[in-house]
Amino acid sequence: MKSGLILRPFLVVLLLAMVLRPVWFTPLLAPLAPENGPVIYERASLWSLTISHLGLVLAASLSATVVAVGLAVFVTRPIGAAFLPLSRTVTNIGQTFPPVAVLALAVPALGFGAGPTLVALFLYGLLPIFDNAVTGLRTLPPVTMDAARGIGLSPSQRLRTVELPLALPVILTGVRLSVVIALGTATIGSTVAARTLGEVIIAGLLTNNTAFVVQGGVITGLLALLIHDGLVLLEKRLSA
Amino acid sequence: MRAVSPPGLVFAIVGGALLCVPFMTLAANRIVAGHGVMVWALGYWPALMGMIAALGAGLSPRPTLRLFAGALGLACITAQVSQGADLLLADAGDYARTSPAAGFWGLLAVFSLLIADALTQLHPRPLLRAGLLIVALAALAVVFWSGLLGDLSIAQEYVSRARQFWTALAQHLQLALGSLAVAVVIGFPLGVLCHRRGGLRRAMLPMLSFLQTIPSLAMFGIMIPLLAWVATTVPGAREIGIAGIGFAPAFVALVLYSLLPVVGNTVAGLDAVPPATSDAARGMGLSATQQLWQVELPLGLPVLLTGVRIVMVQNIGLAVIAGLIGGGGFGSFVFQGLNQTATDLILLGALPTVLLALVAAVLMDILVDLARPVSETAR
Repeated sequence: MKSGLILRPFLVVLLLAMVLRPVWFTPLLAPLAPENGPVIYERASLWSLTISHLGLVLAASLSATVVAVGLAVFVTRPIGAAFLPLSRTVTNIGQTFPPVAVLALAVPALGFGAGPTLVALFLYGLLPIFDNAVTGLRTLPPVTMDAARGIGLSPSQRLRTVELPLALPVILTGVRLSVVIALGTATIGSTVAARTLGEVIIAGLLTNNTAFVVQGGVITGLLALLIHDGLVLLEKRLSA
Repeated sequence: MRAVSPPGLVFAIVGGALLCVPFMTLAANRIVAGHGVMVWALGYWPALMGMIAALGAGLSPRPTLRLFAGALGLACITAQVSQGADLLLADAGDYARTSPAAGFWGLLAVFSLLIADALTQLHPRPLLRAGLLIVALAALAVVFWSGLLGDLSIAQEYVSRARQFWTALAQHLQLALGSLAVAVVIGFPLGVLCHRRGGLRRAMLPMLSFLQTIPSLAMFGIMIPLLAWVATTVPGAREIGIAGIGFAPAFVALVLYSLLPVVGNTVAGLDAVPPATSDAARGMGLSATQQLWQVELPLGLPVLLTGVRIVMVQNIGLAVIAGLIGGGGFGSFVFQGLNQTATDLILLGALPTVLLALVAAVLMDILVDLARPVSETAR
């Protein structure tokens, strides 16, 4: 797509500018700030908030990927087959749990801060990845599987050299869904005192400062958009 | 057939372990942390025996027996928590609060999963599922209205804001279902147009999926200045309740989030109609509109309804965030509770939200199954 070639670098530059040089946007945001109120969020550097936001999402998504793919491999082997219906039910029920509610319920159990946010992101992140990994591992072309058996590969060799690589694009789609949800839920983590970009939006909401709200909103929006876009590109490359 | 159900074995082990963690907590007032009380310290033996029996019966490979085991387990933990609250509060101060603890919540999950697993195997017909849903909700209502759980901290929290609770429920439903209705009214014709015009589809679907990527808090936040601007510039907008803060921005944000599943599933549902069927319809001389209403729509209905299910469950969850921008709903309890570190207030907002989402999911699954052609449902 041609428009992507121009748009993508532009959005990356815009995001970097908003995070690293927020002062540049003072004239644009000033009309939205209350009179004599601050225009640019300065209680914490946007850069450090972005890093801590991404750190939370990365840690939660990586561990969720490892655990979810592990579980998916287990229930698609003969030894774990008895758990397949149950695991499907759990994923279906789990996905109806609102992410915000999961976050709120983690607080009584774990207290405030990054802990409950990380746990909520991890738990919620498991579901789409597991769902897609199971689908990916169960819908492999039978001809390929027969061929793999025919050339004498052991079950573990088949898993590593045939099944997982073939299921990878589908698994990645699950990872992408999970990362996008995690990016959004992490924003709400600020309400339980996790350090994320949501802090900027919430500070704006509490002080009626629309400039903060827009600043935080646009940065998190761009971040989610670019990461989503990057993962889609990766999927396309892998399945080509 | 195996002698033991493998998931049942896991439930028994996990359930056994959960019997050894605090079942309830007792706190001096609603804010301070309480101390845990073990299930055997509550001294209500019939319920404890019932729980152990239920975990044991859950091992059976027969799904019907496991279904009843799960129901027995749920009844026993309810009885236990009710009796336990009486016992704990009997010799505690006036402001003392007692709540279910990790043991209760864990066992609640274990017994619910036992039931869910048994139901997956039994695979009841849609109408039977609807009956089971009504029975479950009726049981829940009886437990609440009977006052069995009235001594628990969360019930006290409810009593002190009963009226706010029902207002919050009404607002929550207005936000979640109202935005769904608007999204269907806009999204369905848009989906039909996208199905007929490839060009529109290529422009529309990426744009809608772009909207869905934006984190919810950011979307709600960005709606505030936009709607504040509409309220000041469009005459009459303020009179119909449009304002920068409150209900309107939350509602618009939810509508935007709902469009992708509605439009996407409408397109997918109409696409799924076999070309031969469409040809036959055209051959019979049906006009494009007749084809849509008499052929494509009935055949695409299950996929369409799946889109509605996705939106309904998603909106019930997202409507919580409206609480942050003064839009009302259960989110206002959740965020107030988080601010005051009042666990019960958080639960008072979060638990009904989860329940609403679950009921919506089960209900919509039933409708989706009913909309399927008979030959498929009968399998």
